[in-house]
Amino acid sequence: MSIIKTEHQPRLSAAVNRIQPSGIRRFFDLASSMDNIISLGVGEPDFSTPWNIREASIHSLERGVTSYTANAGLLELRAAISKYLLESFGVDYHPESEVIVTVGASEGIDLALRAIVDPGDEVLIVEPCFVSYAPLVSLAGGVPVPVPTSIDKNFEIDENDLKERLTSKTKALMLSFPNNPTGAVMGKEGLTKVAEVVKDHNLVVLSDEIYAELTYDGDHTSFPSIEGMKERTILISGFSKSYAMTGWRIGYLTAPKPYAEAMLKIHQYAMMCASTMAQYAALEAMTNGREEMEEMIISYRQRRNYFVKSLKEIGLTCHSPGGAFYAFPSIAETGLSSEEFAEQLLLDQKVAVVPGHVFGAGGEGHIRCSYAASMEQLEEAIDRIGAFLKKLNG
Amino acid sequence: MNEKERELLSLIEKEGRMKEESLAKMLDTPADEIAAMLKSLENRKVILGYSALIDWSKTDIAETVTAMIDVKVTPKRGVGFDEVAERIYRFKEVKALYLMSGTYDLSVSIEGRSMSDIAQFVSEKLSTLDSVISTTTHFQLKKYKHDGVIFGQDEEGDHRMVVSP
Repeated sequence: MSIIKTEHQPRLSAAVNRIQPSGIRRFFDLASSMDNIISLGVGEPDFSTPWNIREASIHSLERGVTSYTANAGLLELRAAISKYLLESFGVDYHPESEVIVTVGASEGIDLALRAIVDPGDEVLIVEPCFVSYAPLVSLAGGVPVPVPTSIDKNFEIDENDLKERLTSKTKALMLSFPNNPTGAVMGKEGLTKVAEVVKDHNLVVLSDEIYAELTYDGDHTSFPSIEGMKERTILISGFSKSYAMTGWRIGYLTAPKPYAEAMLKIHQYAMMCASTMAQYAALEAMTNGREEMEEMIISYRQRRNYFVKSLKEIGLTCHSPGGAFYAFPSIAETGLSSEEFAEQLLLDQKVAVVPGHVFGAGGEGHIRCSYAASMEQLEEAIDRIGAFLKKLNG
Repeated sequence: MNEKERELLSLIEKEGRMKEESLAKMLDTPADEIAAMLKSLENRKVILGYSALIDWSKTDIAETVTAMIDVKVTPKRGVGFDEVAERIYRFKEVKALYLMSGTYDLSVSIEGRSMSDIAQFVSEKLSTLDSVISTTTHFQLKKYKHDGVIFGQDEEGDHRMVVSP
């Protein structure tokens, strides 16, 4: 092989070479190349951001408030977040030292991992889960250790599965309820059992609660509200899902002071601060957004009820997802893999779903369907998936 | 009125054509129960009708003219404003009628084929009523939003990517 010596060969880091592009990408490319598809593959609300929130951001621009904010974000916003968390979930964080406004919950996940992971540290990740956890653990130098959940246990964590995977290198546990992609929620009882394992093994917990508000059959239990957990938990959340603000990229982290200080160091060098106009929008969401958020929650719950019942009617096994806006039915009985099922459904019936295996261990044999779509689309999608299943069954 | 009925009403207020079967699933209630609830709400005149919201300006049918008329009246002892209100709302041209607080008493919404139609109605039918003291007629020039629905260009389409994590 002749390589011209002066030609530059990419000199990428081993860390970046270790991670793979998201498995969702292939489906995005395939679905994007087709017309008239019904997409249940979307991981975001189907509402636009409520107008009062958009208007508040416009107003901030009109006033010329376009400079940096404090690294941790506008104090007013941090105070509003702190008040909200206390009132809604009974967790108390000091706005000046324990709250950081981030560029979406995604930055929060990255900051939290980089602040706690040393090379070789193992991080338990409850899967199926959001696609970024394991790659971000790897980038931080850690070793992701999947802890699978399954439909038999409603995709809740079995504490014995955690115990089995503990080693002397286990440093942290990463969990997310309500869960993307399963829609699973965990109540106080189950989380308390998890908390016992956490305490016994002195783990740090990263709790991604971005879907906390979208809980339909009862109140959300925030992990740091479990006794003894606040001191060792980093809570990750944001405005994307509950206020339909995905494109604003605005979220927050809360954690005890030593953790918050560490994460703020990274945030101040890597990000400086979250976008100022988005922070003003978030402040409006916190102050005057509750009513419209409640309306959206009711609408998701109604669509969840419709969609899950309909999936069962057409013959798919589906647990009842208590939160987020996803159903995660099993397609194992068709004999197809998740990927085959999703691809054939897309080509045959023009319905886009996401194959479960891209969300990690326990995801194979399932498909993720987002019901954040209009009722009209959901009804049509059910008809088409039903037709597809009939065809498969001959 | 129970919680289910309230939820059912707010659903069909937004989308009157929703299938009973879908409503039943959404509200986690048997379909025959939903049908019975709808019947009962209709009988109790809670649900007064089902209609479509139409932007006539997009059709080739000649547009009607709509006016909102502020009417000052003398209320009558014993019946207050109700008697004159009834005299006014019985005209089929009257699409809406409200008793208002403020500088006038009744707000009358009138639909006609032309401005002269409406002028004629005001001068011959409305102003001549005994209790009516004065009228101020405002013609609608353009409909931007009606019953919570935005008319004209819908710029708020679905901008989401077809697949995302």
